[in-house]
Amino acid sequence: MAKKQSEGYLSAKESRRISKANRKITAQLEKRRGRKNVPESEYLTQMRDPQNAVEFDNLHTYFFTDAGTVKSVDGVSFEVPIGKTVGVVGESGCGKSVTSLSLMQLLQRPQGQIVEGAIRLNMGDKAYDVAKMPTERMQALRGNYVSMIFQEPMTSLNPVFRIGAQIDEVIQLHDEEGRSKAAIQARTIQLLQMVGIANSEGVYGMYPHELSGGMRQRVMIAMALACSPRVIIADEPTTALDVTIQAQILDLLRHLKDQIHSSIMLITHDLGVIAEMADYVVVMYAGRVVEKGTAQEIFENPAHPYTIGLMASKPVVGKKVDKLYSIPGKVPNPIDMPNYCYFKDRCEMCVNGCEGAYPPEVSLSPTHTVSCYRYESRKEESENEQ
Amino acid sequence: MSNNTDYILQVKDLKKYFPIKGGLLSHTVGQVKAVDGVTFNLKRGTTMGLVGESGCGKTTTGRVILRLAGEKTGGEVLFNGQEVYDMSHKQLRGLRTKMQIIFQDPFSSLSPRLPVGEIIGEAVREHKLVSKAEFNDYIDNVMDHCGLQPFHKDRYPHEFSGGQRQRICIARALALNPEFVVCDEPVSALDVSIQAQIINLLKELQEQRGLTYLFISHDLSVVEHISDTVGVMYLGNLVEYGATDDIFKNPLHPYTKALFSAIPVPDPKAKMNRIVLEGSIPSPANPPAGCKFHTRCANCMEKCKHEAPVQKEIEPGHYVVCHLYDDAKDVSKKEAPHA
Repeated sequence: MAKKQSEGYLSAKESRRISKANRKITAQLEKRRGRKNVPESEYLTQMRDPQNAVEFDNLHTYFFTDAGTVKSVDGVSFEVPIGKTVGVVGESGCGKSVTSLSLMQLLQRPQGQIVEGAIRLNMGDKAYDVAKMPTERMQALRGNYVSMIFQEPMTSLNPVFRIGAQIDEVIQLHDEEGRSKAAIQARTIQLLQMVGIANSEGVYGMYPHELSGGMRQRVMIAMALACSPRVIIADEPTTALDVTIQAQILDLLRHLKDQIHSSIMLITHDLGVIAEMADYVVVMYAGRVVEKGTAQEIFENPAHPYTIGLMASKPVVGKKVDKLYSIPGKVPNPIDMPNYCYFKDRCEMCVNGCEGAYPPEVSLSPTHTVSCYRYESRKEESENEQ
Repeated sequence: MSNNTDYILQVKDLKKYFPIKGGLLSHTVGQVKAVDGVTFNLKRGTTMGLVGESGCGKTTTGRVILRLAGEKTGGEVLFNGQEVYDMSHKQLRGLRTKMQIIFQDPFSSLSPRLPVGEIIGEAVREHKLVSKAEFNDYIDNVMDHCGLQPFHKDRYPHEFSGGQRQRICIARALALNPEFVVCDEPVSALDVSIQAQIINLLKELQEQRGLTYLFISHDLSVVEHISDTVGVMYLGNLVEYGATDDIFKNPLHPYTKALFSAIPVPDPKAKMNRIVLEGSIPSPANPPAGCKFHTRCANCMEKCKHEAPVQKEIEPGHYVVCHLYDDAKDVSKKEAPHA
């Protein structure tokens, strides 16, 4: 009796074939990345706009799994201007974390690979393309130019080392000045004070378990800021924290950003946090940017049906609604993406063109773009005017 | 307030201390006062939201009410006028079908080895709620109400997404036809769009079945949306308690004010008048003397450091525990004043 197979079922044979093909691709990419003494010219590039700290340009990051290729990030382009905060919103699995990990080159390798596109990082007098950087050279970039605050302060600190030792290590590894041990310790204590830890010398000798969640997140921030990076990636920095502690941490981040003149890429699914912190907002859905613009534009005039749905589904204090809006359906399977708009099956505002290919970006204003057929006509109008 | 049939649940001065064991013979060296005097009444068919920071005793309160955390340390829990902790084992079994709980994390609260039909139906069979012949139809019906398909019955929890797992948890609780459900952070592990689905589902089920919820959450916007009354907890105490509108429009306790001002508003133009609380919540094993909040309070007075405030009814149905309102009239004793 033939067993009826459910959708997405893979036979062992099929799976073996996929993993063999994957190994071929990843081995090639890994080899390229693992080379030593690569000339700088290979990854040297030009910023499109020197006012940007980071430019993501048509980034594709795929995961080659045994069940098929997961296109986690599928053509993402946006910029992080110097001194500004860019908020990236989206549901879990939409590729917001993978985008930031691509910038840090911290993807789960060898499965996770940047296969196409560029990530241009402004180094001041020159610019590097992180997507082409060999692993060997990344070490100098991480910490000094880009650093990351992770989501879980509970699990991102090493429980068997003292707080002081963990921050010292960061400074020691990335510091180019060759400071003495005492100087490093002094810097660590100064950092701990900077992030608002009152008993900084005491905390220097403590273990992570002796600190509360908010304090641990402060330590994580201190660690990320240790070498005054130009870009700070904050990956859900307050999701695991209480509202009162969240308010403290957000205040701190805003304050520190101005102090060391860096840009923040803030990843979160909390629209409230975005509204409060971000200058620019990027809305991601299923590995693509569906809408981007300034915070004002996105919140006052959301254009993409997904953004509108996201805003409506969150209860807001002081605004009584009888029933919350909920976006019907669920995110499409990342292994087998449709060839039309990814949001079409859940969209309640479909128009005629929606059956066609994935919608191109339409500009609604110089800073506001959206990928949706509902605005296609407007694009033509504006072209006719010109 | 004795046996009023309007109230499904009456909690009076409820206390739960956990012993801290230490020393060579592991004797008790201290106590964590997880719940330290909580009083409230819950009307039938309404929802009470319980908010507070982590570690303030919200979850413990929920569990102690259901008698899931061993013996209580003090106080009363009256369910339909009956003391839950005086019941015999047999009576308690009967009660279990009337009060249920939905846990926080749908990823760890479902047995990975049981198919979904069994997870939902196990307790139904155990309590012999329906006959064998009707069992399958009954389970299908419950699953249908919670937005699950009949063919999901033979699947295992790992085959479901977070939102669907939470639906399974809800179906499991509702299969017993309870009157009262404790929802312990049912949506905090879910995405925003899924959150909305689950909240709508909970509301729908409440209308259909006249359920009473105790909704524990740290997400204030969700609590405002779903609750009729709200209790704000701090370090084992209920510092403020009243109708949702009263609490959100006119918060009285300094902690409630600080908590509400910390909510990020999804509007970039909103003006922030934030009261940022200094420091973090003190250890419940060694709470500050007097008012427990005085170490972080902006309006701290000398009196607060020595004397613990008592619960006062400032407006009808709006209770607060704070020395700031010592001079205000207690409406429970006199005519209602203007607040």
